[in-house]
Amino acid sequence: MSISSKIVDDVVAAGIEFVTTVPCKQLAGVIDEVEARPEIYHIPSNKEDEGMGLCAGAFMGGKKPMIIMQNTAIGVTINTLVTLTQFYRMPLPMLISYRGELREPVACQVEMAVHTKALLDQLLIPTYHFHKEADADELPEILNYTFMCNKPVAILTDASFWGGYGDQ
Amino acid sequence: MIRSEILKEIAPILRHQLVVCNIGIPSQELHAIDDQPSNFYMLGTMGLASSIGLGLALAQPKPVVVIDGDGSILTNMGTLPTIANNVAKNYILMIIDNGSYGSTGDQPTYTGKKTSLAKVAEACGCERVVECQDVDTGAVLQEALDSGEMTIMVVKCDSGNAKMPVITIDPVVIRDRFMKAVQA
Repeated sequence: MSISSKIVDDVVAAGIEFVTTVPCKQLAGVIDEVEARPEIYHIPSNKEDEGMGLCAGAFMGGKKPMIIMQNTAIGVTINTLVTLTQFYRMPLPMLISYRGELREPVACQVEMAVHTKALLDQLLIPTYHFHKEADADELPEILNYTFMCNKPVAILTDASFWGGYGDQ
Repeated sequence: MIRSEILKEIAPILRHQLVVCNIGIPSQELHAIDDQPSNFYMLGTMGLASSIGLGLALAQPKPVVVIDGDGSILTNMGTLPTIANNVAKNYILMIIDNGSYGSTGDQPTYTGKKTSLAKVAEACGCERVVECQDVDTGAVLQEALDSGEMTIMVVKCDSGNAKMPVITIDPVVIRDRFMKAVQA
C-alpha cells in the first residue's frame, strides 16, 4: 500500500468527511487519494485561509474537517489560525508538506522552512514532524488528539518522508 | 438605506435562519438589532464569512444566510469560484454592497467605482445571481429562500454605520450556542 493510501485510510477511519486542499507537488499523491474516496467531500481552496473558513463552517455543521497544504501557507494563515480557529476553539488537523528541508531543489522554499517550526511554536500549535515512513504510524493518534483538544494541529511531512521531491 | 436599516427590515426573516455575519460593524448591528443563538458573529478574520457559510451549508441541510460585504468579498475574491463549483442549494450569500469599508471609516472600495460583484459572481460560474436595491432586500431574500437554489445577492445601498456596542460575548459561547442551533 502506498503511503498516500495509508494516510487517507487513517483520515477516513478518524471520521473526517470534509477535506480542503491547496496543492503542493509533494502532496499530489495524497490529494489524488482524497479526491478518489467516496467517504470524503473534497473541496479545493484557492487560498489556505479560505480553506480554514470552509473547515470552520463544516465543523459547526457537524463534520470533522481537515486541511492539506504547504508550509508556505503558515505565512498566509496566521491571522485566521489565531482569530478564527483558536479564538473559537475549533479542531483542525493540518497535513502540511514541509518544503525546504533535505532533498529540496528550490532554494526559495528554504526561506520559509527556516521559519516554519518557529512560527508554529509561537502560535502554540501542537506540531508533529514525519521524516521517516514509520512516523506516520502516529497519525491516527494525532487525529484523535486534535478532535479531543479542539485545536489546530500541524503535521509536517518532509521530502525524506515522501521519498524525495518529485518522486511521487 | 444604510446597512443597519436593511438589517432591521429583514430581521424577521433572518431570525428563523442560520446566519453567518461578517466581521465588525455588521455583526455589531445584527447583534444589537436581534441577537439570536442562530447568528454566528465573526469577531475577527476579515473575508471569511462566505467561506464559513459555504462549509456550513455543505455540511448540513438547513438554509444558511451569509451577511457579507463588498470589502470582505474583495478581500477573499477566490471564494466566488469555490462557491460556484461546490453548489449548496441551501446557501444564500447576501453581499451588502455599500461601496465602502464600513468598519474602518467608510473608505471607498472598488465596487463603488468600476467593479461589479454581480458580474464577477456570474463570471465565476454562480448560476443564480440577483442584484437588487436596498428597499427590495427582504423580498429578494425571501424569494431566494423559497427558491431552494443557491443564490448570490448583491444589495446596493448607501454607505454608513449605526453606532452599536462592541460584542462582548465570548467566542466559544457564540460558537457553542450556534452549534446547538444548527443541531436543533
